[in-house]
Amino acid sequence: MWRWLHPYAKPEATYRLNKKILHWLAIPGMVILAVGMVWGLAFAPADYQQGESYRIIFVHVPAAFWSMGFYMGMAIAALSAVVWQIRTAEWAILAIAPVGAVLTFISLFTGAVWGKPMWGTWWEWDARLTAQLILFFLYLGVMALYAAFEDERTGAKAAGILALIGVVNIPIIHYSVYWWNTLHQQSTITQAITRFEKPSIAPEMLWPLLISILGFLFVASTLVILRLNNEILKREVRRPWAQSLLLKEKG
Amino acid sequence: MVTYRPFSIAVRGAMTTLLEAEGIMSVRGERTLFENLNLCVKPGELWQVQGPNGAGKSSFLRIVAGLLPAQAGEVRFAGELIQHGRSNYHSNLLFIGHKAAVKAELTAIENLEFYAAIQGQPLTAPPYELLERVGLVGLEDIPAQRLSAGQQRRIALARLWLSNANLWILDEPFTSLDVAGIAMLHERFAWQLARGGAVILTSHQALDNIPVAVNMLTLEYQH
Amino acid sequence: MATRLSIRTQVLAIIRRDFRVAMRQRSDLVNPILFLLVVVTLFPLGIGPEPATLARIAPGVIWVSALLSALLGLERLFRDDFSDGALEQMLLMPMAVEWAVIAKIVVHWLLTAVPLLILAPLLALLLNLPGEAWGALWLSLLLGTPVLSSIGAIGVALTVSLNKGGALLSLLLLPLLIPLLIFATAAVETAATGLSPAGPLALMAAITVLALVLSPYAVHAALRVSVN
Repeated sequence: MWRWLHPYAKPEATYRLNKKILHWLAIPGMVILAVGMVWGLAFAPADYQQGESYRIIFVHVPAAFWSMGFYMGMAIAALSAVVWQIRTAEWAILAIAPVGAVLTFISLFTGAVWGKPMWGTWWEWDARLTAQLILFFLYLGVMALYAAFEDERTGAKAAGILALIGVVNIPIIHYSVYWWNTLHQQSTITQAITRFEKPSIAPEMLWPLLISILGFLFVASTLVILRLNNEILKREVRRPWAQSLLLKEKG
Repeated sequence: MVTYRPFSIAVRGAMTTLLEAEGIMSVRGERTLFENLNLCVKPGELWQVQGPNGAGKSSFLRIVAGLLPAQAGEVRFAGELIQHGRSNYHSNLLFIGHKAAVKAELTAIENLEFYAAIQGQPLTAPPYELLERVGLVGLEDIPAQRLSAGQQRRIALARLWLSNANLWILDEPFTSLDVAGIAMLHERFAWQLARGGAVILTSHQALDNIPVAVNMLTLEYQH
Repeated sequence: MATRLSIRTQVLAIIRRDFRVAMRQRSDLVNPILFLLVVVTLFPLGIGPEPATLARIAPGVIWVSALLSALLGLERLFRDDFSDGALEQMLLMPMAVEWAVIAKIVVHWLLTAVPLLILAPLLALLLNLPGEAWGALWLSLLLGTPVLSSIGAIGVALTVSLNKGGALLSLLLLPLLIPLLIFATAAVETAATGLSPAGPLALMAAITVLALVLSPYAVHAALRVSVN
């Protein structure tokens, strides 16, 4: 079933595929993101409960959503790297981790920024924010473990195992943190955000939100693909395919 | 209770291969240590893997033992890939690596007790005969960390007298041994080969005065 | 000559050897316990000895201190074996490596958790934990310490070949241990208010079973990588 994927174990095939995908991702992504951001931050109507400050959800929700999504992607790459020893997958872990970490950080930052005008605090141990904070540590752990090894392939395999263990733990962590939160009655930000994620959200707010989510996906994926191509080139620079490619691009 | 299928070596003179390594490639970091390396070990053979420092001798031994994955190639024991027949391979293999695997806090006897137990021959009485063979009589109750390097290595090598494994893979077994120790090892190798087992080892020194035939596998330093 | 070597023999040999080694390194065993006592003492000194406050924070303080002290004592699992070559030999034993891992986790648990279980009443006393919660505290420690040992083993296995693995170990393990912390403290707090701690304890039991069953495989994979 996965036979069509086999050629992409070779770095060269993935590199070329990435270049093709970039055509479709990069510019359209930036456009979509710009549309979503402008629409949401400037033109969508004000919320009857929260006024203008709710607009941060157009940044917070996509960032939080994709911070989880990219961890899943990283875990899939980790599975390929650990089980089938595919080198390109090892580099994919390295490519995705920092982007995911930044997305998580954006979600934390915007979550905190939201709290200030609404409830007067910069940080609240809200279930959602706490879960994002733990996710941030999980990303940092993968990056730190990868960097700590001298031999890169060993580092990639160790980081891959850690990413897989993280993925198994994430549902447990989420459940326990939300459970902990109901115990201590602190879910103000979660409640505020969940209102906007329920189906009853007004279409004037739903569309910019969906467009922002799509825009975030495209732009973050672009960054990951650029990073992956970078990693591929860095390691394959002496191979004939890379040499001829670079010569061609030069002139 | 699990039994491990012992590889029958009663078939003396048969040309069955004990261990076969084909097309082995190893890449460490940026450097390709070696590629397309082949080794075929038959019962009763002693192989010395030689080469300059850094050529990858230890890595090759570890790949053959199954501790290090090779980037290309296959290793087969008794015809079966070592990844598939792990328990069978391990119950017929004795690997003594660079690090002696001797617990510093335990005495020689306590270390030997552990190895005897996991090699299937639990010691019912203090192994004075064994200690005498490896020249550790009188030192058996001292924690290993207070013994010299050569004495610690003798504790590790004592496993060779507790073992009925068909294949011995030894990384620099002669390190820190004196002349008597070296002769003792040569004798043990002869015993192993005579019963149809095999030995693969690395050594910086040439194997002078060894009473058995030595097959060589030479690794060159790749730049 | 056929060798009848059972898994039980090999596992018992490992347990026997590791106990012997541990008894020759007594200070390694005592230090994490002393650390635990010192840390628990710091909280009243830092927060003030008001009994109601202490009672309120006792479950969390005891468990956080237990976590930190466990981190201190985790390295003993594989570090020495890595440096003297015993780890390689463990990977070459005829039985599945997972059994050897279980043997080592069992030894580690006996050496680190049993002192903690013995000390638990003392810690509860120092922090003024209400009497109703003492049983729940003990149960939570009984259920939770195996998780500390088994998930801790994964972290140690991943970092054993690194020089300065210690700080990295904390970063790797603490996020994974947060659910345990949440349910354990919830159990004790619930008991302290007079309600039944059965719910959180059941959740802890589920985590314990999951950790004990899955971690040997993860530790095996991690050890193979570290021994490379």
